[in-house]
Amino acid sequence: MRKYQLDLTLKHLSKPRPGYVLLQLTDPSAPLPEMLPGQFVEVRVDSSASTFLRRPISINLVDRQENELWLLVHVVGPGTQAMAELNTGDRLNVVVPLGNGFTLPQRPASEGEPCAEGSSESAVAPRYLLVGGGVGTAPLLYMGQELVRRGCKPTFLLGGRTSSDLLQLDLFGKFGEVFVTTEDGSAGERGFVTQHSLWQTATAEGGARVYDRICTCGPKPMMMAVARLAGEKGIPCEASLENMMACGLGACLCCVEDTRDGHVCVCTEGPVFPTDKLKW
Amino acid sequence: MADLTTHIGSLELKNPVMTASGTFGYGLEFADLVELDQIGGIIVKGTTLEPRQGNPYPRMAETAQGMLNCVGLQNKGVDYFCEHIYPEVRKIHTAVLVNVSGNSPETYAACAARIAELEDIPAIELNISCPNVRQGGMAFGVTCEGAASVVKAVRAAYPKTLIVKLSPNVTSIADIARAVEAEGADAVSLINTLMGMAIDAEKRRPILSIGTGGLSGPAVKPVALRMVWQVFDAVKIPIVGLGGIMNATDAVEFLLAGASAIEIGTANFIDPAVTVKVVRGIEEYLDRHGFRSASELIGLAHQS
Repeated sequence: MRKYQLDLTLKHLSKPRPGYVLLQLTDPSAPLPEMLPGQFVEVRVDSSASTFLRRPISINLVDRQENELWLLVHVVGPGTQAMAELNTGDRLNVVVPLGNGFTLPQRPASEGEPCAEGSSESAVAPRYLLVGGGVGTAPLLYMGQELVRRGCKPTFLLGGRTSSDLLQLDLFGKFGEVFVTTEDGSAGERGFVTQHSLWQTATAEGGARVYDRICTCGPKPMMMAVARLAGEKGIPCEASLENMMACGLGACLCCVEDTRDGHVCVCTEGPVFPTDKLKW
Repeated sequence: MADLTTHIGSLELKNPVMTASGTFGYGLEFADLVELDQIGGIIVKGTTLEPRQGNPYPRMAETAQGMLNCVGLQNKGVDYFCEHIYPEVRKIHTAVLVNVSGNSPETYAACAARIAELEDIPAIELNISCPNVRQGGMAFGVTCEGAASVVKAVRAAYPKTLIVKLSPNVTSIADIARAVEAEGADAVSLINTLMGMAIDAEKRRPILSIGTGGLSGPAVKPVALRMVWQVFDAVKIPIVGLGGIMNATDAVEFLLAGASAIEIGTANFIDPAVTVKVVRGIEEYLDRHGFRSASELIGLAHQS
């Protein structure tokens, strides 16, 4: 997929929760390039001493009608803080799209018709369970949108420490069934995403909740726990990693993950990996 | 319009701007984002005789106006390069150089000999200055004897243009430059990264997996410029200058200090199209000041 360096314009900035900022960016001169759920962009923040490198941010949503790219940012340091202080109309330099993205089902022959994963042997559209924690839910929104466009009905399982960590629930609800956990019980079931009751009936085949694939993004311990559960149930699982990176292009070799194939770049071989490739 | 051609020994470059090893992959990774053919030269990532996995993650830390890395020469080995990468990079219409590393004079020479067989690789850059590997690397580059021993072995095995990349982590870089010149190096490139470290105050431990790493970016530019200046007075062979170059003005400063060509490294991570912008900027500088060629700038600041 072709990569671009673009100066995008900030159309709208909102703060869905304290500590989080949603940037809605647009290219006033051209349609945004093709990009996939799970891919990311490298944002050039500014040239201040402490924000020298670009910041990798996952794609939250692509709104083709509005020609908008959404980035949902958790404010954790000087780089993300600078992003939170941008003003409408500001320009933001991004390199886009980067990385591989989640495995998607084949595009349907005609719009709205259900589609099968891989070959067209299976009559039912693949059933996806998308499991996110904290700001790791961000790429799952775009994944949900794309799955619906391809005739799937995804299930979302989203977790946070407390209810204010749960973001964009209304938008997730448009694309599929949403289940929620919080560690303090302030919303949904109390506990971690891996303790949610839906796992009791989730299976790879022949149960109340059949899933063909699990995609997860969030804190590493959460993804490891999700991968373990998926493994027990025999459901293929993909996780999106967020190792520290510099170039985003596979040149600097800083973001490597130690996989069963050795050290590979998260920015080019990932960020999405089948969890059985990881040494978790 | 001014002539941008420059020479490193018998190697002619269409312009003085090259990419620094380890910051531009094999060039192909940047093909969508910059016109590779417009770059003066591409120095591909450090290559060793045997494949290397490099150091564990984390390998980088951001610092004030720069970054630290401790990648540790991860690469798939020279055979992989010859079979899988060379057929692709030879199609790029610019000089493609290979950065060669090793852990003994023999392994350096064996790797260089394999690269010498590749018709479309006109030169190598010998890395005797990697701060992130236990054996070899910088160990050779910090003494005149060590540097001379590697260059001597490689010179016997490699007939084409031989550039030796020097470490700044030394008492006198001019002495090291003289030592490698005496063993037949065609040019020197400097500087490799400066050894440094970062500590996570909250976790109370080093950020990098091996504790220390190499510092690059604008933070090191004044050090690099000073070293190019000193080496220019010490040797007759051409100098390739690098260290924190972010724009055409930085590049011109290195030429004025005595570099015949420059390399752009960390800046590629900030702006993947920076190399061609620097080429255009040097051209604009030459025209603005009435110079006919980039070579007129080499060492010019020494005459003032």
